[in-house]
Amino acid sequence: MQDFTAAFRAALDLVFRMDADLMEIVGLSLLVSGAAVTLACVIGFPLGAALGAGRFAGRMPLLVLVNAAMGLPPVVVGLTLYLLLSRAGPLGPLDLLYTPTAMILAQTVLVTPIVAAITAQIVADLSEEYRDLFATMGMRRTAQAATLMWDGRFALTTAVLAGAGRALAEVGAVVIVGGNIDHVTRVMTTAIALETSRGALELALGLGLILLTLSLGINAALMGVRAAARRLSDG
Amino acid sequence: MVEPDRLIRLAHTRPTLTQHPPVRIADLYLQRGGQYILRDITANLGLSDVTAIMGPNGAGKTQLLRLIAGLGQPDSGTIKFAWPDAPEKHRIALVFQRPVLLRRSALANLTHALAQYGVTRTRRTARAMELLDFGGLTDRANIPARALSGGEQQRLTLVRALGAAPDLLLLDEPTSNLDPRSTAAIEALIQRATAQGVRVILVTHDIGQARRLAKDILFLQDGQVAEHSPAPQFFDTPTSAQAAAYLRGELYL
Ligand SMILES: Nc1ncnc2c1ncn2[C@@H]1O[C@H](COP(=O)(O)OP(=O)(O)OP(=O)(O)O)[C@@H](O)[C@H]1O
Ligand SMILES: [Mg+2]
Repeated sequence: MQDFTAAFRAALDLVFRMDADLMEIVGLSLLVSGAAVTLACVIGFPLGAALGAGRFAGRMPLLVLVNAAMGLPPVVVGLTLYLLLSRAGPLGPLDLLYTPTAMILAQTVLVTPIVAAITAQIVADLSEEYRDLFATMGMRRTAQAATLMWDGRFALTTAVLAGAGRALAEVGAVVIVGGNIDHVTRVMTTAIALETSRGALELALGLGLILLTLSLGINAALMGVRAAARRLSDG
Repeated sequence: MVEPDRLIRLAHTRPTLTQHPPVRIADLYLQRGGQYILRDITANLGLSDVTAIMGPNGAGKTQLLRLIAGLGQPDSGTIKFAWPDAPEKHRIALVFQRPVLLRRSALANLTHALAQYGVTRTRRTARAMELLDFGGLTDRANIPARALSGGEQQRLTLVRALGAAPDLLLLDEPTSNLDPRSTAAIEALIQRATAQGVRVILVTHDIGQARRLAKDILFLQDGQVAEHSPAPQFFDTPTSAQAAAYLRGELYL
């Protein structure tokens, strides 16, 4: 218990001193996860809109697949990407293994289904409500999709924030394709896992505190956005 | 009161309309949930500027209006449209019984609709403000549409439909939530629209309103046409027992 209290103090000290190593790790985490979430939105929004409001063959199976993919185990994604990116793999020549780019790719694979599935749900509900209106206005599919996405904009931040939560918290994928290399691919979750196993509790705890704060912040933002949405759209 | 010979006079002033009724419904059947909710409907509509569709709850008024608007297909029968000046190109606007509004301000709902109707970007806002003024909603422009009161929402959906510059305006109980003053305002709006040549088909339970506005009444009960008469005749000497009972405030079973 004594040990733990001391470690906790040291951790707080690291955080408030804005220790350089600690900040580098936090910075890389935000960069990797931020890039992954951005990419996931670029793919997931249109995909989700098509799945939610589109009419094409294979929509249902694809929807089932995307929903199932929300629960992809990060280690399996990491392993698959590792096999693809490793020297002998088909993408080996790109030389991406153990780089932040590989980590971004891994997290994009994890987050895209979340963004797409939540988007599909939001768009499907709205589309149901607006269908007759759109029909009487004779709107084209693309105009309909644009209207649905804009009207769902607040609800859609849920998708973004849920994706961000997943990306920041996962460790299995980034540790396999990133390798937790100091100053290169070390992010919060991989550092926590490594430092804890090495017995260096203060850094692990400091990072843990920051991670927790970020996750609380994301959730607070989520609630704020929802409240704003209700004020603006439903009164 | 409506002049008794109004229909006949209309027929003289608009001969082409009489020869080619704007909306011709023939042998229409519609099935829902294993039952026919519209049966053997044959009627020429739009011969006068305002046609009222009346009938008890569940008679099939809303479903008929939806079919005319092109929302869904009948199981059998046809609905044909003919406009003397533009037989192919006609615009139908439908105002739903329950307002459907986008999650945007009242103004943005109108500019969105105008964009769909092909109004250029530079003219949208001015036109939308005109429409808001029309509906007495100028001071509500920037309020989220779904936060408006029930009556304000109904007025907004009506002016949105007018924004389509329709040839045929279908209204499903447009004043059911309105206070007397707003009802009068909407009725004036409808009359202004008809003066510009818009044909209106109006579903209403408000007998006074039907008397004030409609030139002919299509009375539905149990998914069938019980009567289709010029308004004065319908209100004074209805030919069907169903319409007579409805007008007396009874339900004919
Ligand atoms: N999907 C459906 N399945 C079964 N019955 C349906 C379905 N849709 C509509 N109906 C029935 O069709 C009938 C006609 O409905 P409609 O909405 O046209 O009535 P209405 O004349 O507009 O009544 P109101 O005056 O209450 O608005 C109703 O009895 C309704 O329950
Ligand atoms: Mg109805």
